[in-house]
Amino acid sequence: MQTDFLSMNNITKVYPNGIVANDGVDFSLRKGEIHALVGENGAGKSTLMKILFGLEHPEEGEILLKGESIHVSSPNVAIEHGIGMVHQHFMLVPSLTVAENMVLGSEPRRGIYTNIKKAESETLELSRKYNLTVEPSARIRDLPVGIKQKVEILKALYRGAEILILDEPTAVLTPQETKELFEELHLLKEKGSTIIFISHKLHEIKELCDRLTIMRNGRSQGVFNVADVTEKEISRLMVGRDVILEVDKGPAAPAEISLKVRNLTVVNDFGKNAVNNISFSLRKGEILGVAGVEGNGQGELVEILTGLQRINFGSVEIEGENIAGKTIKEIRNLGTCHIPEDRMTYGVAETLDIEQNLLADKHDSPRFTGKILTRPKVIRENSLKLIGEYRIKCGSPLEEVKMLSGGNIQKVVVAREFSSDPKLIIADQPTRGIDVGATEFIRKRLVELRDEGSAVLLVSADLNEVMELSDSLIVMYNGEITAFIEDVRSLSEEELGLYMLGIKKQTDGEIGRALHV
Amino acid sequence: MFKQKRLFELVRTVLAVLIALIVALVTILFASDEPGRALSLFLFGPLDSLRHFGNVLEMMIPLLFTGLAVSIMFSAAQFNLGAEGAFFLGGITATSVAINQSLLPVVHPVLSILAGGLTGALFCGIPALLKVKWNASELVSSLMFNYVALFLGLYLINYYMRDVDAGAMVSFKLADTSKLIRIIPKTRVHFGLILAALTVVAGYYFMYRTRWGYRIRLTGLNSSFARYSGIQTASVIILSQVLGGFIAGSGGAIEILGMYRRFSWQSLPGYGWDGIIVAILARNNPALIPVGAFFLAYLRIGADLMARSSDVQSEVVYIIQGVMIVLIAAESFLAHYRHKLVYREARKTAASGK
Repeated sequence: MQTDFLSMNNITKVYPNGIVANDGVDFSLRKGEIHALVGENGAGKSTLMKILFGLEHPEEGEILLKGESIHVSSPNVAIEHGIGMVHQHFMLVPSLTVAENMVLGSEPRRGIYTNIKKAESETLELSRKYNLTVEPSARIRDLPVGIKQKVEILKALYRGAEILILDEPTAVLTPQETKELFEELHLLKEKGSTIIFISHKLHEIKELCDRLTIMRNGRSQGVFNVADVTEKEISRLMVGRDVILEVDKGPAAPAEISLKVRNLTVVNDFGKNAVNNISFSLRKGEILGVAGVEGNGQGELVEILTGLQRINFGSVEIEGENIAGKTIKEIRNLGTCHIPEDRMTYGVAETLDIEQNLLADKHDSPRFTGKILTRPKVIRENSLKLIGEYRIKCGSPLEEVKMLSGGNIQKVVVAREFSSDPKLIIADQPTRGIDVGATEFIRKRLVELRDEGSAVLLVSADLNEVMELSDSLIVMYNGEITAFIEDVRSLSEEELGLYMLGIKKQTDGEIGRALHV
Repeated sequence: MFKQKRLFELVRTVLAVLIALIVALVTILFASDEPGRALSLFLFGPLDSLRHFGNVLEMMIPLLFTGLAVSIMFSAAQFNLGAEGAFFLGGITATSVAINQSLLPVVHPVLSILAGGLTGALFCGIPALLKVKWNASELVSSLMFNYVALFLGLYLINYYMRDVDAGAMVSFKLADTSKLIRIIPKTRVHFGLILAALTVVAGYYFMYRTRWGYRIRLTGLNSSFARYSGIQTASVIILSQVLGGFIAGSGGAIEILGMYRRFSWQSLPGYGWDGIIVAILARNNPALIPVGAFFLAYLRIGADLMARSSDVQSEVVYIIQGVMIVLIAAESFLAHYRHKLVYREARKTAASGK
């Protein structure tokens, strides 16, 4: 019987907005294992780990390390106890070098100066020891995501981490990078590190981990040996029922062109071409996926199409009209709707009630306002109707949006955007970070709208989503289109990965088929 | 849940007010040789005669205008502090119209007030424009512009409207046709109170029942979201401040027409600053502006009465203001208690859900 290296007992955490993120959770870790923590988004995995790392403080519960009770009041305390965390969003200073980032806060000194030489040699030494290859003098901003992650892991090791928490490390990686990461993690394990691996990708867990803890709705569903459970059993425990994430959709019936992008180039604030001379068309009645590792120009493309940013070079036509010089309102009036990637910044005003949030884009439509005063009755009817139709779980339309769960907030956004009879739907990461129920619902709605004749541009970093939902697909790498896949069913995940990494690129002729001319 | 939150905000405000009062009362207790008398004058003085209560209502009038003006600007998350200057300049331009002796009654005050309002609108519009055009902080520029307003106004009075026979730096007498009538006998409460009440009601409807108010609120709560929704946030930012300036300017005009025979302010009267306190107390909600304005006016008059007939200075009221604002503005005041409430509520719903 192995004793527990670390155990968290009866952890309860309630957020200020009333959401119970952890409800009496038990979690334990054995020395030298890779322990998976799985669960849907919002199940409480990240919260539990933030508590362990001292970023959040629980209302109840205790943490035992090597049998002794510890009080983790801040990340500094966690680091002292040998607990390190690699966040989903990297905590690195982009303008500093790898070595400088590594030693930040505990710099080796020479007089009053930082001893850069020593920092670099220590970095190199550590990187050799764990076979995590990085270039100590490279600047973080010039590095690809996969390398940044290695720097993060090394940073934790440099600070003496024995327990390493990895928060969805593969979410930002291509299949090839993921494979590399797994090899490195195995090596770390051999050298005695204990790893907590947060994920909701089951095949990864099967491949990598020894044991797993499943979480659902803020509670632990138990601890299992990975070898003893099947993916299906895990998924049932995660979701509480059998999930069919395959979307039930018939073949597309594309009609005339709705969106026409020609030779579009976007120069970003750093003078770099974030989008570099791309052209494609999107027809009514089809879903065109945009795949790619995040930060390869998809965000800028969406900003152009929705009018949030001005066009530098090239042209964009929506429903036959050139959108250059048009305001966001005018672009919306052409029949465009937009599910923004960052819903809390662009999609809602969180301290405003649901009803008012549902009104944002149509608050001045004659349906909802007379010459001077608004029509509260019609507005209320509309919000009740949408809340019902989109199954937004809430006590009343007057509830503040921030009181809702992530999935329900997204439903508020989607309900508002889809209720304007859209001809062109720009969906940017429409199901990111929301529960399976809401995900299924939103995906289904997208397909329905396609069948009703809307054109859908689906930007998603979720490979599964983009492959399941899209009829055709373009892949973006470094601001350029590296591939156009006419029929997504013919594409394998590995091949997609190669395009996403820019290792493989179609000929101009093949990519040119995206124009539908 | 949302009802609870409102209740919590109310409790928080009332508690802040109470604590501030207690601090003031303790101060009086120590500072005064006859604390009982001072306290009773302070707390109940405004109620002891119609004249004193009239003083409270008189003081409410400018506070209603500046409170509303500030709350509209703050609702758009524009921290324009120009209500003070707008109020002062509104008084100046209103004077320039009111000293004219050849206008008809009714038309005369209307023109004066409009002139004051437009001046205020222009004045608060400048920081707004600077913000939209060059992203200059409206807080800093409006603050500085208040001094411009003061000295420009004094210059205008001194060189163009000064009555040299009056023996002080004051304007010519205002024409009788321009003055606002008294509405409560034996007090100086004037028609401006009715105008102020109408403005506040209109302000409430504007903010909560029109598309323009909606745009202002949305821009204030999340300007990225407002922009994404197709709202032209730059125009909203300007609109809110021009409108706020108009209301503050009209307030200044009405104050002059209702309370004075000549323009005689030698410095900024301070009602713009008080408007900020009123807006904070009212949480920028026009419906609560009257409550905030009444409360502040009552405190001020109470402190005045106390200073006049006891040995405590009226400045004690600033202690109250200070403590109150700090406690209300401090987000984490009672946050612990609130979190406990949330925690208990969440446990309860979890239990009933099982």
